[in-house]
Amino acid sequence: MATNILMPALSPTMTEGKLAKWTKKEGDKVKPGEVIAEIETDKATMEVEAVDSGIIGKILVPAGTEAVAVNTPIAVLVEAGESVTEIPSALMACGRPNLAADAPAAVVATAAAAGSAGAALANRDILYAQGQVIPPPVFDEGLYKQNTQTMTVREALRAAMSEEMRRDEAVHILGEEVAQYNGAYKITQGMLDEFGPKRVIDTPITEHGFAGMAVGAAFRGLKPIVEFMTMNFSMQAIDHIINSAAKTLYMAGGQLGCPIVFRGPNGAASRVAAQHSQCYASWYGHIPGLKVVAPWSAADAKGLMKAAIRDPNPVVVLENEIMYGQSFECPANDDFIVPIGRARIEREGTDVTITAFSIMVGKALQAADKLAEMGINAEVINLRTIRPLDTYTIVESVKKTNRIISVEEGWPYAGIGSEIAALINQHAFDYLDAPVLRVCSKDVPLPYAANLEKLAIPQVDDIVAAAREACNR
Amino acid sequence: MGAVKKIKSDTSKNLSNTRKIPDAAELKKLYRNMLLIRRFEEKAGQLYGMGLIGGFCHLYIGQEAIVTGIQSVQEPQDTVITTYRDHGHMLACGMDAKGVMAELTGRSGGYSRGKGGSMHMFSSEARFYGGHGIVGASGALGTGLAFAHQYSGDKGVTLAYMGDGAANQGQTFECMNMAALWKLPVVYVIENNQYGMGTSASRHAAGELWKRGEAFGIPGEKVDGSDVLEVQAVARQVLDHVRSGKGPYVLEMNTYRFRGHSMSDPGKYRTKEELEKAKAERDPLEKLKAIMVGEAGFKEGDFDAFEKEVKVIVNESAEFAQQSPEPHPDELWTDVLIPVKE
Repeated sequence: MATNILMPALSPTMTEGKLAKWTKKEGDKVKPGEVIAEIETDKATMEVEAVDSGIIGKILVPAGTEAVAVNTPIAVLVEAGESVTEIPSALMACGRPNLAADAPAAVVATAAAAGSAGAALANRDILYAQGQVIPPPVFDEGLYKQNTQTMTVREALRAAMSEEMRRDEAVHILGEEVAQYNGAYKITQGMLDEFGPKRVIDTPITEHGFAGMAVGAAFRGLKPIVEFMTMNFSMQAIDHIINSAAKTLYMAGGQLGCPIVFRGPNGAASRVAAQHSQCYASWYGHIPGLKVVAPWSAADAKGLMKAAIRDPNPVVVLENEIMYGQSFECPANDDFIVPIGRARIEREGTDVTITAFSIMVGKALQAADKLAEMGINAEVINLRTIRPLDTYTIVESVKKTNRIISVEEGWPYAGIGSEIAALINQHAFDYLDAPVLRVCSKDVPLPYAANLEKLAIPQVDDIVAAAREACNR
Repeated sequence: MGAVKKIKSDTSKNLSNTRKIPDAAELKKLYRNMLLIRRFEEKAGQLYGMGLIGGFCHLYIGQEAIVTGIQSVQEPQDTVITTYRDHGHMLACGMDAKGVMAELTGRSGGYSRGKGGSMHMFSSEARFYGGHGIVGASGALGTGLAFAHQYSGDKGVTLAYMGDGAANQGQTFECMNMAALWKLPVVYVIENNQYGMGTSASRHAAGELWKRGEAFGIPGEKVDGSDVLEVQAVARQVLDHVRSGKGPYVLEMNTYRFRGHSMSDPGKYRTKEELEKAKAERDPLEKLKAIMVGEAGFKEGDFDAFEKEVKVIVNESAEFAQQSPEPHPDELWTDVLIPVKE
């Protein structure tokens, strides 16, 4: 049967081109892969190869023709003995197809966990992605108040990981100095002794490599916890965190999950200067396909770490070195899990909302005490999760207080505070009595000198000043 | 085996004595599998030309013997991962041509329901783990698949394919180091098609690629990647070596791509003569056909039958890829995260 040879698109953006030259003439036999013509585009001259075998029955567009639109028939290919008059009338179907209601089923089965398209619209993650403000997951933290113990954030993180490793053989931890050295910050102290070298693995100092390796292992259903000695070093591995871990489920149409945790101390420690002092909340919070949590207290640390390990998706846990040694009352139950996506109101108030995460929660609470002395009753929200953000709790708070300031250790530009300002603008504009204010690190690399470092990072008095400005007092 | 071999020629001398001509059924299977890839890729090129396939599209034409030869001696539990030049690997893994072609056209019948495209396809059922668009990623992720084989003790081996360009990436060396340290069951298959996009290997790679693991004590071989029987013979021994717990291996497959880097590559970095010479001397299909006719009694008519069989599969895949509807708009929002039970 005669078929049309069409003007090919030789690049994603080509719409037309010049048919510069025919290298075959009418009556010539062609085989697949043989060059039949040359085409000039605005970028280059390219060769056109035959796809099917046959005989060039008729050349429809002569050499030298300019501006031949893509998909225009340029020649007719016939089989031996066939007449050229049998030019096919219809081109092969091309362009955008109609959405047929009786569409053939996909040839691949999708993971049951990902759900079907219809059912997924009821899915919380989809509603978050669509920017809808929905109540956070149900969680009654009061149930765990009966049985608590005092522990440091460090102990809470270790307890969470150890409990989950006892519970699930697929969970393991790898990173620099996590095993024999017992952890650069002693988070993994004793874990090598309990779980052995198969599951507590010292890596070389090769973040890009071991993060990529762990993502590959997660594709096969293992549940790696990747410790970065500090999150600053995760920049070496950010390609695998974003391109491999966060995007594969989507690119695979739901077939291939990546149950992995990336964790480590985030933000400034003390006098370690610019390269070791950066907050990644905004960086990772930007990425669809990732979840990002930032614990402050021991309860946050334990509950969020357990949630992160059990989550079937990649989760970034932003810890804080200064918090590691601080003690809190922490639920002792093994089943204490803080749901990702739910903030916690640490202190109820009526005059101004202060949002904060990680170490800044403590500073915000101190600021609230000072504000109380001035007669300002501040509500402090511990965000706990950066992505998906608990917008509902923040909006409901603003409806009550009519004023909000956001506190974070990161830089102001395109930061978490910027996002909160945008969300409040969209969802609580009519409730605002003052502009949304941001308290952030100054927009400079973090200096080493003690006095400059203190000036750069948000302090309690900065929060107090911002809250007073918001309250016009 | 076990030590890095010093080889000068394209064909690894130390292993050539293991190369044998398989029986007729096996020869037919190898030829037919390579032919399927060839014709599939030609059809993909055609659909690209018609504007039915968008974006980047990297064809495997000229390199078919590599994945076909290795896949022929793998075991079912082995895993495969590769770069964006991945259509051939998927067909070799047994993935359905229809699902692959429909992904190329961005339709709901594609393996990723139209959300991945040419460079990002996966099938956990076929143990094919992509399809990765970032040069070098397949080596690191493949090392992780091998880690999982070792962790679970399933005696599987990972075939981590990459191009000559990826063999220069830092993460490739980082992972070879870890794979050697921990004796991970991974074969790094460097498909040296002579060009990292438009830069020839002589201009982008110092040293020889089969020696890329030498510093870590990883043995390497250079193999004629246009000779499927040679690939098969080497792969059989290398897989045994790796499966037995002796650690990773590097294979440099000397090959040549007959098409551009991607569809929009005018190919000005190589001469027409070089390309024609490669097509004449290093076509995996022609080389195997010569052996089948010359030494195994196949007739010209047999090959017509192979063509016919493959043509049906490829045409059906192209038909399916055009008939399958575009993804439903709701699909925009699905598969970002796996829902968590509350």
